[in-house]
Amino acid sequence: MANRCITGTPMPNTFPSAGSEPVAPLLRAAGISKRYGNCIANDAIHLDVYPGEIHAILGENGAGKSTLVKVIYGLIQPNAGELRFMGRRIVLAGPAAARALGIAMVFQHFSLFENLTVAENVALGLPLPEPFAAICARLAKTALAYGLPLDPRREVWRLSVGERQRIEIVRALMQNPKLLILDEPTAVLTPQEADQLFVVLNRLKNEGRSILYISHKLDEVQRLCDTATVLRAGKKVATCDPRRETAASLARMMVGADVDRVKASRARGASVPRLVIDRLSLSADGPHEGRLKEVSLKVCGGEIVGIAGVAGNGQDELFAALSGERLAANAETILIDGRAAGLFGVTERRRLGAAFVPEERLGRGAVPRMKLSENALLTGHVASGMVKRGFIDKRETLAAADRIAATFDVRKAKRDPEAASLSGGNLQKFMVGREILREPGFLVVSQPTWGVDAGAAATIRQALIDLAGRGTAVLVISQDLDELAEISDRIAVIFDGNLSAPLAASAASREILGLLMGGAAIEPRACPQEEKHAVDA
Amino acid sequence: MRLMLEPRAERSALIAVAAPLIAIALSLVTAVILFAVMGKNPIVALDVYFVAPLTDPYSLGEIAVKATPLVMVAVGLSLCYVANIWNIGAEGQFLAGAVAGSWIAVSTNGSGAGHWVLPAMLLLGALGGALYALIPAICKVRFGASEILTSLMLVYVANLGLDYLVRGPWRDPHGLNFPMTADFDPVATVPTLFDGSRVHAGSIAALVVVMLAAVFLGRTIMGFEIRLVGAAPRAARFSGFNAERLVLFTFAISGALAGLAGIVEVAGPVGHLQPGISPGYGFTAIIVAFLGRLNPVGILIAGLFLALTFIGGEGAQIAMKVPLDLTKVFQGILLFYVLACDSLIVHRIRFVGMTRKPAHAAP
Repeated sequence: MANRCITGTPMPNTFPSAGSEPVAPLLRAAGISKRYGNCIANDAIHLDVYPGEIHAILGENGAGKSTLVKVIYGLIQPNAGELRFMGRRIVLAGPAAARALGIAMVFQHFSLFENLTVAENVALGLPLPEPFAAICARLAKTALAYGLPLDPRREVWRLSVGERQRIEIVRALMQNPKLLILDEPTAVLTPQEADQLFVVLNRLKNEGRSILYISHKLDEVQRLCDTATVLRAGKKVATCDPRRETAASLARMMVGADVDRVKASRARGASVPRLVIDRLSLSADGPHEGRLKEVSLKVCGGEIVGIAGVAGNGQDELFAALSGERLAANAETILIDGRAAGLFGVTERRRLGAAFVPEERLGRGAVPRMKLSENALLTGHVASGMVKRGFIDKRETLAAADRIAATFDVRKAKRDPEAASLSGGNLQKFMVGREILREPGFLVVSQPTWGVDAGAAATIRQALIDLAGRGTAVLVISQDLDELAEISDRIAVIFDGNLSAPLAASAASREILGLLMGGAAIEPRACPQEEKHAVDA
Repeated sequence: MRLMLEPRAERSALIAVAAPLIAIALSLVTAVILFAVMGKNPIVALDVYFVAPLTDPYSLGEIAVKATPLVMVAVGLSLCYVANIWNIGAEGQFLAGAVAGSWIAVSTNGSGAGHWVLPAMLLLGALGGALYALIPAICKVRFGASEILTSLMLVYVANLGLDYLVRGPWRDPHGLNFPMTADFDPVATVPTLFDGSRVHAGSIAALVVVMLAAVFLGRTIMGFEIRLVGAAPRAARFSGFNAERLVLFTFAISGALAGLAGIVEVAGPVGHLQPGISPGYGFTAIIVAFLGRLNPVGILIAGLFLALTFIGGEGAQIAMKVPLDLTKVFQGILLFYVLACDSLIVHRIRFVGMTRKPAHAAP
């Protein structure tokens, strides 16, 4: 299945070393260097992107991938090196200049106005004034042509993450780019959505466009990309054909060492449910919210239950209902270690031993402009010795931040930097570590490895498994099915506010999960059996 | 060439200190231009405004007298502003506190009451300011009314209420029909600190307020909550803090401080209740709060500086025949520059070579 999209495509433009007739690169970045103070983000990087190829840029966080593509997109001026586009030397004053040349970029974090419609957002991003009706028509046409269904009149806040990404892609495509840069595009997509995206990308490739594809996901790169350039610590390690490499060899190039596989070994005996959700319903609270419909689930100590689903099907509401950011209708719908907690707020639930890691890192799980020690206080103020008679013990908060950083290998420039200065993967390790070190009885974590590199993702997953091994009930809400398959004991699927009965991870194939995620009816036989299995386990 | 603001990875501590100084420098430059346009000698004007008051002991005392209410009010306001809560009505809370505290002074006037009068006045002044500030806070929490509008509009209500009282029931029967109460008894008066100066004990209270606020904001969990709500409201909610309670709390504290400043002003330098007890302290305190970077110690310095502009403005009015409104113009310019320079703390300016067709350089 993996190679379906690619095998049919001839490879007209391999890189020169392959011995075929030399084709001029569409884009050549020669000796690109970028320094920030003492830190060298890019060190004399050479990159050739040929017409009609999908070129992966692989690398861990901090390897310099983003810096490199930002140079190519004109957002950053390099200290040294030059760019050539279609053979001519270019100097980019800014993204507008890049777009004028035919270089478009889709960022990992979307730049969309939530209260405007799809068409209005697209109109705002276009360089030339154009009648709004014409934009709508062109938008609909482009969306249709590439199989990216979008309703131009819908407000963005109504759309799922996957749909928002479509807007960004369509907006980029409407400028008819020769080179499209995608930064971690599948980090927010389901396998099916990712498959759809790959079809679109292959189509673009067959039209002769080039794509720069930044990713951590090795299997994706192997499926999709013709060439991969691997970066490590600001330097180029290799340019290779990812399909001739193994996932392990790519990982080795990226990390510089073998990536540890997650160790599943853990002692599991009979255990009691530590989290019980009993027919939890949540009405749509305002137009921006979704609903939950009689969601029931038991999570026992020592097990990891995964919740799969397409973004926007009630995951956010479920998380908020479990964390206490939104309260349930009555206390008994949520039991934490047997205590009715449905009407408890966040702080009271934390006191019961619950811990939460939300999907959004900046602004919810962490405060960008506060130091790590203060971010440790964010969830740590509940228990522990951080607060004494209303006064903050700064030594304690700093010690907690140090402990988290040391245990979970959080890399930072100084002892107590602002959260905003950490890379996404390191901040995520910090946030997960912050909760794990509290040794919670029940942990719910949403998108634990959202846009996180392979090394950090492995660390986080291992930490979750180890936590469950110590008797904690872990609930993982994720759109990454591989991740759920890797760490979960049971997997349930959320669709339109309904939660399916959990399936044993071994029985939950991608196909079954994919069908459930699309809203297919649940085979009734599976439910009681699985429920029983779980209780017996 | 064109200018670009690009975000910094970390906020710059250097610029955080330098920004207010840059703002003051830019304001002075603008003031010089303004004086020149008005046909006044800018050098003389700057001397009258900013240097002369510092060379005269009496003027120095007056600066402290003016700075006292400014600092007290601004410290309270800064707690609101740090939490992204916009109390614009400190002027009204100042008057409400003055009225509430004066009630005891007026009703015990000439009765020979003991030394309990002044503490009771201060307490009631703070309480009056707090309760008056809770009106917009409750409107915001209950009905979602914009606190900017409601708190501002209540300023006019307070003004008219004060006007009614001093022209009606509280008017001094022996006051020749002037709209004012009788002079307060000595037991209802804030004592002065030095002979020949109007500097009073309220200035010490203002210093204490600054120190308490610095500890509160930086060291307590409540202060953390206030900073958190301002920096990231969703994180505050995730952290388990109650944003509505915080609106009520910060409004009450800032109202109490404004009310305290009001009664101290009435029971101190003014000595009786009358209209016009505040030359816009409640509004100028907004500038003080921002000029002081919403930091209590910064506010102390900013309060002294703004007080200097008041005293200098009075001097300039006499010496150079320039309107007193010029002082307000200057304060407005200063606020503008302060807010503009603030953006440099988390952003840096970058000059980008302006090339309209940068893409097609030499092949």
